Amino acid sequence: MIDVVVLFFLLGVFARLVKSDLRLPEALYETLSIYLLLAIGLKGGIELSKQPLAALAPQVAACIALGLAIPFVMYPLARALRLARADAAALVAHYGSVSVVTFAVASAALARKGIEHESHAALWVAVMEAPGLVAGILLARMGRSGVGDWRRVAHDVLFGKSVLLLLGGLAIGAVAGVEGTAPIKAVFIDPFKGVLALFLLELGLVAGGRLAEVRRFGAAVVVIGLGAPPLLALAGALTGLALGLSTGGVALMATLAASASYIAAPTAMRIAVPEANAALSITAALGITFPFNIVVGIPLYITLAQRLTA
Amino acid sequence: MTLSKHPKTLLVIVAEAMLEQRLVADARARGAQGWTVSAVHGGGQEGVREGAWEADRTVELKVICDAAVADAIAEHVMATYVPNYSVVLYFCAVAVLRPDRY
Repeated sequence: MIDVVVLFFLLGVFARLVKSDLRLPEALYETLSIYLLLAIGLKGGIELSKQPLAALAPQVAACIALGLAIPFVMYPLARALRLARADAAALVAHYGSVSVVTFAVASAALARKGIEHESHAALWVAVMEAPGLVAGILLARMGRSGVGDWRRVAHDVLFGKSVLLLLGGLAIGAVAGVEGTAPIKAVFIDPFKGVLALFLLELGLVAGGRLAEVRRFGAAVVVIGLGAPPLLALAGALTGLALGLSTGGVALMATLAASASYIAAPTAMRIAVPEANAALSITAALGITFPFNIVVGIPLYITLAQRLTA
Repeated sequence: MTLSKHPKTLLVIVAEAMLEQRLVADARARGAQGWTVSAVHGGGQEGVREGAWEADRTVELKVICDAAVADAIAEHVMATYVPNYSVVLYFCAVAVLRPDRY
């Protein structure tokens, strides 16, 4: 049975394809995304307060390494598909970084199936936002003179809303612990899935709009958008396995590796690699990979994790 | 009372929202004393920008200033942003009542 939040996403895509006038107000989109980021961070933070931080160092290191490696591995493939240097670099940076909503849908799917996972997994998400972007910028700068605007990029990535709210939520959750967060549980923990459903309706509308753009960019975008996630998921799952994660943890690591960022990455790439075609990256990340992961990928990655950890 | 009107230039820049802070800083550095920013959406040669999510937002920046200041800002924008970003830029002749404010 398909997860209920995915049905909301499909409703959004459908509304878009039939040219419905349905549109969520921009302020609501903003509110929902802030809520989701904070809630995911808080939930991870509460778990973080229960365990020694030093034990997490290998996981953090592995997340950084995975985020850095993905763009370097994907770049030659993107170039082989005849993408221009800047376009290829910006595109692979989106895949090196992660999608928080894809992660949230995967966690919800695991919870529904009753599969346990490391509850501090939000930390992995926060850690994996930036390394892929750094790798993408390095790829774009290869063989080119000029230092570029690293300071502005660093500022916008580290203090941009996704990393700020995820890490902020983690910190608040870790400091306040289970007891401290009990009074806000009714807002930030319990209604999470309902909010996620509403947010996915909006993302369905956005992704549906990008689908029409796919034709503009030809086969390369489709090949990358559909081909990259399963391969990256395998790399993520093996990383999770090497770290000795639980079945749910391996599935989440696979999902994170397979997901492509559409909040932090587009902004960072516009600043750092402005000559790249932003619509191309967004079409692949949000128009193809995101729907693929939500509908097909996540059940696949969970099965993969179950096989690997059996 | 007869109103005393003074000629000024209204410079309008429509650009990707992520450029807002930089455009405002650039305009102020070149002598703009005030500015107005609003969220807009629309389309052009580069495609449609609906403003539905973060990277899809567009802003309209309006600056009323002396013609020379407007030219300096426009020259900078043309050289810095136009090659790689979606930018619309135009001038209008306007009349103001308190010229020292602009």
